[in-house]
Parts: sequence; C-alpha cells; structure tokens
Amino acid sequence: MTTTINSQRDSIRYRSRLLQPEKERSAGTHPLTWRLRDDGAAVWLDEYLRKDGYQSVRKALGQGDPRAIIATLKEANVRGRGGAGFSAGLKWSLTLQGGDMPRGYLICNADEMEPGTFKDRLLMEQQPHLLIEGMILGAYANNARFGYIFLRGEYLESARVLNRALQEARDAGWLGPDIDGSGFDFDIVVHSGAGRYICGEETALINSLEGKRANPRAKPPFPGQSGAWGKPSVVNNVETLCNVPAVILHGADWYQGLSGDRTDDGGSKLYGVSGPVHRPGLWELPMGTTGQEILDLAGGLRDGHTLKAWLPGGASTGFLLPEHLELPLDFDTVGKEGSRLGTGLLTVVPDSQSMVALMGNLEAFFARESCGWCTPCRDGLPWTVKLLQALEQGKGEPGDIELLDKLAADCGPGLTFCAHAPGAAMPLQTALKHFRHEFEQGISRSRGPAHQDAIPLGSV
Amino acid sequence: MAATDATTGIIGSDAFRLHADDEQAMRQEVHHFEQPRAACIEALKIVQRRHGWVPDGAIPAIARVLGVGPGDVEAVATFYSLIFRQPVGRHVILVCDSSSCFLSGFAELKQALVTQLGIDYGQTTGDDRFTLLPVCCLGACDGAPALMIDDDTYGPVTPGDLPGLLEEYP
Repeated sequence: MTTTINSQRDSIRYRSRLLQPEKERSAGTHPLTWRLRDDGAAVWLDEYLRKDGYQSVRKALGQGDPRAIIATLKEANVRGRGGAGFSAGLKWSLTLQGGDMPRGYLICNADEMEPGTFKDRLLMEQQPHLLIEGMILGAYANNARFGYIFLRGEYLESARVLNRALQEARDAGWLGPDIDGSGFDFDIVVHSGAGRYICGEETALINSLEGKRANPRAKPPFPGQSGAWGKPSVVNNVETLCNVPAVILHGADWYQGLSGDRTDDGGSKLYGVSGPVHRPGLWELPMGTTGQEILDLAGGLRDGHTLKAWLPGGASTGFLLPEHLELPLDFDTVGKEGSRLGTGLLTVVPDSQSMVALMGNLEAFFARESCGWCTPCRDGLPWTVKLLQALEQGKGEPGDIELLDKLAADCGPGLTFCAHAPGAAMPLQTALKHFRHEFEQGISRSRGPAHQDAIPLGSV
Repeated sequence: MAATDATTGIIGSDAFRLHADDEQAMRQEVHHFEQPRAACIEALKIVQRRHGWVPDGAIPAIARVLGVGPGDVEAVATFYSLIFRQPVGRHVILVCDSSSCFLSGFAELKQALVTQLGIDYGQTTGDDRFTLLPVCCLGACDGAPALMIDDDTYGPVTPGDLPGLLEEYP
C-alpha cells in the first residue's frame, strides 16, 4: 500500500528537465546544456571534468590577464540573461578595481521568481559546476574575493546540488587558495533567501544579502562602484554566468557564430514555453530563434485552442500577438515591438482567456510583491488590481480605463527606484493597447458601489 | 500573552530560550559575511526549523546573537514571506498562483484545496495539520499547476491527486 502511494506521490513530483535528448546536443552548438544527462541526474565533478570541465578556468588563469576575459565577453556581445539584456562585458568593465580599491564580491542572482520562468533551476540542479566555473571567471575578471549564490528559498534541490558541487570543487582545488596554481583565491557560498520577488532586483538583492529588507537602492552608485558592504560588487544571472566558460574557451567569433545571421546578439539561449500547450518545456536554441519555432517545439496549443497573445519572457514583459511569432526573439527586436525579451520563456495565452482576468492575476502578483518603497508601486498597484477586478465583474465605472492608463504611466521607467513598477506597467499597457475592447466591456452604464469595497488583494 | 521585560523593555520576550545548537549554527553562519547582521535571514530560518515559526521571544534573542537591535530583526522577519511570525500547521502548503499556473488550472486546484482542507489562505486547519499560503511563481511552469508541501515541489497537480498526496503528510 505504501509503495503505491509513494509511487503516486513521486509521479507528480516536479522535476526540471530539458526536452532535447543528448544525441541532439553537442559542445559546439549547445554550450549551456551539452553535458546534461538524459536521465536528468546532476553532472558531478568527475563527469564534468571528463566533459572538458574547468578548462576555461585553466586557460584564463594560466594566461593571467583578467582584462582579456572582459574584452572577449564584450566582443562576443554576451547580453544579460536575467531579462535586462545588458552587455555582460560592459558591466564587468565598469567594476572598480586596482590601486587601493578593496577586492569585492561576485554575486550570482539565482532568485528565479519571474512568473513563467524555470530555466536557472535546470542549470543549477543538473550542472552546478558550469555555474561555479563561470563564477570563478567572473571573480577573476572583476577581482572579487568572494562569491555568493543568492538562491530563492524554495529552490531546496538547487541548494543541495550546489552545496555538494561547491565542496567537490573545493576538495579538488578549483575553489579556495591558489586556484589551479595561479595564485588567485576565491570561494563561494550559497545564500538561501526567504521569499519575495523583489530580491531579484540587484540592489534589493544586495540589501537582502546584507540582512536587511529587500528595498532597492538609488543608482548611482552602481553595484560595480559600491555594492555589498560598500565594496565593488558584480551581480549576474545564472544563465549569463553559465555562458562565460565556453566564450572564454572557444572565443568570441565562435560564440557569435552560434546565432548565425539570425541576430547580432551572440550565443545560444534557454528558451521555453508554458501555458496550455502540448509539450511545455525548455530547449537550448540559437539566440534569435522565432516564437513560432519555439511554439512548434512545444507542439502548439492543446485542447483545440488558438493563440490569442503571448508574453515573450515573463510577467514583466509586454504582450505580443500571433503576428509577432515570426520575429527573431532577441533583445532589440522584441524591444522594438513594445515588449522585452525578458527571460525568453514564453507564456501562451489561449483564445478562451479573458485578458481582464489575466491582468487581474498579473497585477495582483505585482501588488503583493511590491516592497512598498515607492508610492506609485505601493499604492498604485493595489488600486490597479481593484479596478481590474471591478471590470472583470462588469462593475467598472466610466473613466476606469483612463485611470488604469494613468496608474500604469505613473509606474513607468524613471519614476520609481527600481524596475518592479515599470515591469508591472508593461503588460498592462500592452493589454490595454491590444485588447482595449475587453476592458471596455467591463464598464457598467452607471456608477455603482463597486469601488467602495475593500481592496481585495490576495483573493485572486 | 505578550509581556514587557522590565530590564530590556522588549515586548513579548515570554519564556523563549534560544537552543544552544541554534545559537551555535547562527554564530557559524556569521562567518560567511563581512557583518554579522547579514546572517539575520538564516538565523530566523534556524529558529523556524526548530519551532515551525518564529515566536516573539526569538526576535530579541537573535538580535543579541547578531549584535543588532530587535527592531532590525523584526523588520526583516516581517518582510520575507517564508518567515512565519504566527504559528503554522505541521505542514505548509504553498500554492503557486502566478501566470502560468493561472493559465493551467490553478483556480480548480486552489478550490479543491479550500474544499478539502476547509481553510483559505493564511489559515490553519483545526487539527494544526496544514497551513495554506499563496506563493509567487515556483519556477515549475512546465509542470503547472504547481504547489509545494514543506520541502517537496509537485506539478502538474490535478484536484484528483490531492487526497492521496495530502495523506502523505500526517
């Protein structure tokens, strides 16, 4: 009896997985995932070393020129995979170092909480040494003395795998003093969080790391000038750091070649799809792969649905339409369409879905996760939720949609300390642009008592 | 009942003694950072692992270990969603209510939980067995709808899976 129940429980246990078998992946074309095993087990140190592991560290530390790492990253045009797409090489070139500057920190942002995003979990759970290798290169290039992996509290399996891999790396001399005989010393600890989406914002993350509330900080100074405990600090996403070893090992031209003539953004990307499709999942594909190609890999929509709209990379990106499926998904192209590539994991909205209800869900998320530091975000988002819920119930009042426009505009870039409010505004503004008639249908002819109700946060 | 300690002026430090092992674990954690305060979140989690939640008296106790004011510890304790400042059940269910789950059957799953447990968000069953809470995107979107029970992540979970699954958490 126990066996039966256990097998039922295990059958619905969530496991991170890549939907490309080993035989379809190679070192030359799939730098992020070629080492992953079909059985989904973690690649530990012995196997990692057999598969060219830590060779980039040997090469870079052997050459002894940290600046060369940054130059190669810049030339390869590695753009931040956490969602913002900022040039990783440029970010590293701005870190203060040398002279009497103290050595700072290399922080991996592993606080994966963007709704619709499940890529960093795979890299950490199945291939922890690639992240460690990337962090060593990052530390060397930025003269960081210590590294933190800022991991969301719910990723317990990631924590277990990373901690075991860190110990393996330490025991083998890839972490600690005098790494690989280079004289360079560096070590890493996993810092496990305790919830709150805002911790993924890099300055809020630093406050959280310091044991404070995760409110964002004013910029400048940027973390590279004054970050954790006032020291130069570099914050990079998991996938970004996982890109670095292969770039250093194979060079900028090779990396640029991975995406061919699809886009100027180099390399490959973990793309994915979630929502009502036949095969939701993750694939490593050339940068600039189109939405249609990715949706086809996911087998298209299920249950006879057709595509109404899609988010290209998480809840804080703007809605795109079926006509945008032919565009290459790179940072600049998606940006020109009034959205953002974000994390590159598509969320699919079926034709049967009310956009007003979906926006209610999205904005309730942003309202709940606001840290409360800035007024447009703290007060504007619950107000937005209230208006959306009234519209969903057909109890909206004349002027509500214009009010939504204004609340979203007040959350725009530059009006708050961080990108949380602009992230909440973008899906709302694009939904209002593309599906305004659905919102208009929620307005009752006369003014009613709906807006006097308590703000119904949490009752999604 | 919360009481005021005459010597410290700390409210609510009622009969809480920090376990020696926990204090030791906190002092270990401090070594990872430039300043002891950074161990605050981990210290709260250490207390929570033993007690299930963070009792009032733990706040000044942690503050003493880290050398900061109790207000600083409380500010952190009340900010983070996975730190519980009220008692919770023996098992905590975190239901992902983010967009991918919302589009993949979250509403039915949540309703089934509410019906079977007889509680809503923020509540604990009468037998102190389960507490139900929402959580933001669990990063299991290819397994939506997803939920966590204690340390275990499940997905996709259908309402029909629930009776057998909940049975596993006595």
